[in-house]
Amino acid sequence: MTRASEPVGGDRAKVLANGRSGAPAHRRQGDPGAGGRRRGGSRLGERRVLALLFLGPAALMLAVLVCYPIMYTIWLSLHGGGGATFVGADNYVKMFTAAETRRAIINNLVWVVVTPSVVTTLGLIFAVLTEKVRRATAFKLILFMPMAISFLAAGVTFRLVYDENPERGALNAVIVAVHDTFAPPSPYYGANPRDGGPLAAVDGGYQTTTPVDSGDAVALPVVGLPQDRIPADAATAALPPAGPGLRGVIWLDFTRGGGGKAGVIDATEKGLPEMTVEAVADGTVIATTRTDAAGGFAFPELTGDGYTIRLAAENFTEPFNGLTWLGPGLVTPAVIGAYIWIWAGFAMVLISAGLAALPREALEAARVDGATEWQVFRRVTVPLVRPVLIVVLVTLTINVLKVFDLIYVLPPESSQDEANVVALEMYRVSFGGGLDYGLGSALAVLLFVLVLPAMLFNIRRLRRDQG
Amino acid sequence: MVRKAPLAAMLAVAALAAAAGCGSNPTPAPSAATIDLTGKTVEVAATWSGTEQENFQAVLDEFAKLTKATVKYTSGGNDLPVLLNSRLAGGAPPDVAFIPQPGVVAEFAKRGALKPLTGDAAAAVSANFSDAWKGLGTIDGKLYGVYFKVANKSVIWYRTDKFGEAGVQPPKTWDEFKTVSKTLSEAGITPIVAAGGDGWVLTDWFENVYLRVGGPDNYDKLAKHELPWTDPTVVKALEVLADYWRTPKHVQGGPTGAVQVTFTQSIADVFGEKPKSAMLFEGDFVASEINKLAKVKVGEGAKFFDWPSVEGSKPAVVTAGDQAVAFKDTPEAMALMAFLASPEAAKIMAAKGGFMSANKNLDPAAYPDPTTRQLASSVVSAELLRFDLSDLTPQAFGGGTSAHMWVLLQEFLSKPITPAALAQLLEDAAKKDFGSN
Repeated sequence: MTRASEPVGGDRAKVLANGRSGAPAHRRQGDPGAGGRRRGGSRLGERRVLALLFLGPAALMLAVLVCYPIMYTIWLSLHGGGGATFVGADNYVKMFTAAETRRAIINNLVWVVVTPSVVTTLGLIFAVLTEKVRRATAFKLILFMPMAISFLAAGVTFRLVYDENPERGALNAVIVAVHDTFAPPSPYYGANPRDGGPLAAVDGGYQTTTPVDSGDAVALPVVGLPQDRIPADAATAALPPAGPGLRGVIWLDFTRGGGGKAGVIDATEKGLPEMTVEAVADGTVIATTRTDAAGGFAFPELTGDGYTIRLAAENFTEPFNGLTWLGPGLVTPAVIGAYIWIWAGFAMVLISAGLAALPREALEAARVDGATEWQVFRRVTVPLVRPVLIVVLVTLTINVLKVFDLIYVLPPESSQDEANVVALEMYRVSFGGGLDYGLGSALAVLLFVLVLPAMLFNIRRLRRDQG
Repeated sequence: MVRKAPLAAMLAVAALAAAAGCGSNPTPAPSAATIDLTGKTVEVAATWSGTEQENFQAVLDEFAKLTKATVKYTSGGNDLPVLLNSRLAGGAPPDVAFIPQPGVVAEFAKRGALKPLTGDAAAAVSANFSDAWKGLGTIDGKLYGVYFKVANKSVIWYRTDKFGEAGVQPPKTWDEFKTVSKTLSEAGITPIVAAGGDGWVLTDWFENVYLRVGGPDNYDKLAKHELPWTDPTVVKALEVLADYWRTPKHVQGGPTGAVQVTFTQSIADVFGEKPKSAMLFEGDFVASEINKLAKVKVGEGAKFFDWPSVEGSKPAVVTAGDQAVAFKDTPEAMALMAFLASPEAAKIMAAKGGFMSANKNLDPAAYPDPTTRQLASSVVSAELLRFDLSDLTPQAFGGGTSAHMWVLLQEFLSKPITPAALAQLLEDAAKKDFGSN
């Protein structure tokens, strides 16, 4: 039913869209005015003066605020730090050879290649989907909302989202929660045998360094377990009663408040229950047991000699703490993620506008001809909104080239070098301590040159639209 | 009301003759000493924000009240030199700025951007500051700066409950410090947080070790780059640091985690709701942050010990401070400088906490708690007092975000670079940044 009503709405949209194509007609009506100009030849000079008069202020503003700074920047880029000595292309050579600036240029390339396409794709998906859902306005509003937040605020917010500590970082909190559901951490992570004791580290677990024989009672001291992680059922450490085979005790060799003797079971020291203990002979595990509440364990069946007692690695598995999002490896993808969050709504709104202007009959015709929704999207919708997609892509490319604030705010200082981009490096060398206006200007010129093709493209497209 | 009388007295000291703008002051008693700056505006720029800014605003309000001048405060944050540079380039610097880096002050002075203190401002500095502090504010024989706020950067804060749990006492020597750390880690407590997310914290680590390993003379030479960073004493200091930082389970978060922790975060990690570590190294200013968190009390749950002596070194203090300098030689700028050099201005801010003054005429009773008093007295009475080395170096080397020394020490903390290799990297950077010096 709703489907039937859709084409009606679509027709209305088409009529509205046609109103736009009426524009050339409007211009044609204006043409007699141009004819009038031809007739008034005598007033041509007067018109020129008038034109100059009207253009003058704008031209002056352009000259002062745009042309002069560009020229001055180029001039500065050919000079040394203070602007006094002419150094030719030195700054440009330095720009491409110095590690920091090269890093910035490479990062910028990654940004330009990845970000606009991802944002446009997401925008397209959202735009198409919002056409199909009810309360589309609410959905669009929510997606568009990040645009209302300044980059600075968004950067600070995402600093928290990406925080490495799962207690603070929202993203890691989610990842850790999911991970822990499937693989909970071991109770004794972080604990380790006392230095100089009978145990040595092997593959994440710990094993005795000297062979143990039947009849022996081995005392295995462990330290480094916080008081609040001692299991509630832990009893005062004690060796199990003597019996056949091998026995021992694993206990927390640290007296709260100090004063305990290293390697000795002091009065208040607790055993570590439920610890997995393996007996190894000739490299293979021959028996496994768990400690009791007092930390004691026994292998009555082991009556031979020369065993190795091993505390299995599974006792000590470190909890998964999420990813270091803002560490050197992931920082650029993380910042790009934040950027996408901000701009996806923008792309969606522009593309939605483009979609609203689509001729509905083309889509309907395709559907009637038996095209699937995917085919309609792929073969009809996308080609028809392509001009809008290109506008979005180009706008974003320009925007991404000059990205600065997010990278200035989001990554912690320690990984700002890895996240560096040209605009930030430009700021850093010229104002952030280097005071090298020459190199800074050279970077600015590079940015200008990089933005130029996108700008020219935009201008040409604008001309075409008008013509 | 109660404050009125001492303030009048203060201006008598601070403003001395102050004939400059003297005139028709309506209030009868203090009129002789007060400069009437009605209609004048003084702009002050500093790095302070948040509580520090609020506290300082009280000082400025007092000045405004006394002189009727309009006082405008601009916070430049960590990048204050950037702000000042651009304001200077635009020809409109603030009247007075508080610059934490003497290296930056020296650069400005060399460029002629700063105005030497004259008249009552100069007199107030001579009357209230020791020669050492006056000397730190002097460049090429001209007095430019007033050290309004100073810091004791040679203390390590600790949680008394964690120390109690592990049964350890505050260490006096580096070996004791290592033993304490090991015992803490055996007790299941992470010994210390190194806020590697902020490079300046790590430079302070280095400076404290270097002052003790290299000695004061080498320290001074290194600050001027008269000693190469590849000097054996530097390598030795880096070895001491690496030995400690790289001991497993000593530094919170391990190498990669440590460089993610910012200074502000580190305080919450030690003195906040869920303590993650037992110790925190940074200056006296940590106290006010601990108070802000309000989980433990400074002096009870949170105490400090002096940076331990390395191989029998004498007690030494690395200090830092915000130096007020004037960019304009106007009566209002100089009047403010004179006010800032007075014990009364220091007293207003001292009462708020989180502040230490180098003003020798400030009554220690002005400090709100015994801890601050103790911290301040160690700055005043230290046998060996040296200014924060990274702040003495050029901006690109030690004076701001992404400065070479900051970044390299962060790498040293997070990556297995050998001390000798790092010394070489530091020397390479220094050669570039110190330029012709």
